[in-house]
Amino acid sequence: MRHIISILLENEAGALSRVAGLFSARGYNIEAMTVAPTHDPSISRMTVATRGSEEIMEQVLKQLNKLVEVIRVHDLTEGPHIERELMLIKVHAVGQDREEVKRLSDVFRGRIIDVTDRSYTMELTGTGEKLDAFIHALDPGMVIEVVRSGASAISRGAKAI
Amino acid sequence: MTSLTTTQNRPSPDLVEEDLTGAEIVVRALRDEGVEHVFGYPGGAVLYIYDELAQQDAVKHILVRHEQAAVHAADAYSRVTGKVGVALVTSGPGATNAVTGIATAYMDSVPIVVITGQVPVALIGNDAFQEVDTVGITRPCTKHNFLVKDVRDLASTLKTAFYLAATGRPGPVLVDIPKDITSHKTHYHYPEKISLRSYKPTLKGHPGQVRKAMQLVTGAQRPMFYTGGGIILGNASGELRKLVRTLGAPITNTLMGLGAYPASDRQFLGMLGMHGTYEANMAVQHCDVLVALGARFDDRVTGNLTKFAPHARIVHVDVDPSSISKNVRVDVPVVGDLQQVLLEMNQILAENGQRNDPQAMQAWWTQIEEWRQRDCLHYNQDDRIIKPQLVVQKLFELTGGNAIVTSDVGQHQMWAAQFYGFDQPRRWINSGGLGTMGFGLPAAMGAQVAEPDATVVCVTGDGSIQMNIQELSTCLQYNLPVKVACLNNHYLGMVRQWQEFFYENRYAMSYVDALPDFVKLAEAYGHIGLRADTPADVEPVIREALRLKDRMVFMDFQVDPQENVYPMVPAGAALSEMILV
Repeated sequence: MRHIISILLENEAGALSRVAGLFSARGYNIEAMTVAPTHDPSISRMTVATRGSEEIMEQVLKQLNKLVEVIRVHDLTEGPHIERELMLIKVHAVGQDREEVKRLSDVFRGRIIDVTDRSYTMELTGTGEKLDAFIHALDPGMVIEVVRSGASAISRGAKAI
Repeated sequence: MTSLTTTQNRPSPDLVEEDLTGAEIVVRALRDEGVEHVFGYPGGAVLYIYDELAQQDAVKHILVRHEQAAVHAADAYSRVTGKVGVALVTSGPGATNAVTGIATAYMDSVPIVVITGQVPVALIGNDAFQEVDTVGITRPCTKHNFLVKDVRDLASTLKTAFYLAATGRPGPVLVDIPKDITSHKTHYHYPEKISLRSYKPTLKGHPGQVRKAMQLVTGAQRPMFYTGGGIILGNASGELRKLVRTLGAPITNTLMGLGAYPASDRQFLGMLGMHGTYEANMAVQHCDVLVALGARFDDRVTGNLTKFAPHARIVHVDVDPSSISKNVRVDVPVVGDLQQVLLEMNQILAENGQRNDPQAMQAWWTQIEEWRQRDCLHYNQDDRIIKPQLVVQKLFELTGGNAIVTSDVGQHQMWAAQFYGFDQPRRWINSGGLGTMGFGLPAAMGAQVAEPDATVVCVTGDGSIQMNIQELSTCLQYNLPVKVACLNNHYLGMVRQWQEFFYENRYAMSYVDALPDFVKLAEAYGHIGLRADTPADVEPVIREALRLKDRMVFMDFQVDPQENVYPMVPAGAALSEMILV
């Protein structure tokens, strides 16, 4: 099963590689990993999308907790949560394609943020599935490049993790 | 330096103190931490620190001959004393040589602090001479590590390193100090206490869980205790003895846990696992409640996991939550410090007076005694060729079981564990987790430095001893009267045993040809070498070695090259599927 894990950790050099190293050393899967400082600049928040059985997830959480720089670990998939990912996508857009791409972008609530006479660059946010769907809706030959942030996620309700 | 106030109290602001260099801070911090011995090897990046070390004598430095040995010695020093061991090495190759020692301590959860030199901050990342990414390399084999980039952080980082090493589940912590930091100056303040928001080990067991555990234990028909290195590290041997004796239950120790419960006690069934005794393994396989204390269900202990302790409900107490339900599903987990949890358990027993059903216990013991009759460690000693078991048995008898025994890794390690009965904790020092050949001799040095008057014996083999043989030179320099007992079978014995059992007697590269004459080698290093060729030589050689109390003695026992370690649970088999003699 897919899990989204939120990690609060000390914003220190090496902390990120400790987490990444733990996943590779113990053979845990990483689908995506994002990290940035929080409103408290001494703390970073990391979101890891991973897959594994219940037993493996228990170990992942325990092993993360064991890292000295990790302040808190929470599996967001245990409760209601919101997940978003940002994608920037650059596509060939000439002739009648320009109108078609624009329409498609509107359907997916994307925004065109850069335009040349031969291309559009768009910004989309949503779940990973939605971004996948947008890419699939395009003619594969049109895509020039794609950059995705990986999932960020937060729990629903008034409480912090 | 003498004008400085002690660091236990923060100096008043109007008291002007002379600033200290980073190197002075390192040495002062070691002193303030109560460190008496540092094992190390100098080099370019740590010269300022060595310069300071040489100008004082509160912290004594033991110069090894290879950085790996410095870490092993510091590790064994810690295992014997319970204090944090300290090693000091230079950058680059100094650090990489130390890695095996660090990984060894990590796998066995031994608290040590390793200080490594680093190239100056401005050169980091430039592929400078003797530069290596030490924190990067050691990240997966330390509990935590630090690179100090500002001299103002140095004292508090060292304090944190000692704190992290010794608390919770202990382990090695590394502090990497660039050379320029050791010459920069700052005000010295050594914090008395450290508190980290991200690091709060759970020490007290959850009362409800402890109660539940005790209910399960006292309700058992066939209880079995299985305890590991955590009891030794947690200084919980006294409470463990009390609990197990009160209940009259059988107990086994892991390789790392030997000495936690007296080997001479009737309730002790010997070691369990791949080379455990028949009775210990059978009791684990047939018990209805298994109480795992400070043990981690290692693959060498459990054998085939799916067939492990099939009838047992399991209680597991450990300070490290990640050890619980890692390999084996546990029925009653308790996270906490072993000494505290056992104390709570003993209190519960004293209060409620609950005990196991006496009839069931009697039946259980009758069954166990039957298994014990199997005499699984039996060996036949003739008068021609020395059986390695005999050497360990004689060592045990002639030292009265009171020696500190270190070992390397292989057959000799298993025979030492099987035939030297440890009645006390912190007397059996071996590399259980990583299985590091070359551990034994430097470990013996560390043990001897820790306890100068103790008899320290390193049980080793002709393969392992050559992995750190250069340390005989250190033994001479510091008059460390270590006794080496080399079970010389002219083979990498454990490799040969596996090849005999599982690779159809194809002894690929396990024969150690061209062995040195160890007697002459010992003499060349300025020590005494003794050789035993026949069973009749064994006792006189050991007696002579022990008589030479103040000398390092190398005993070369020419033992049966074909002897195997029994019992043996083949990898992947159930614990009850033992190959017996």
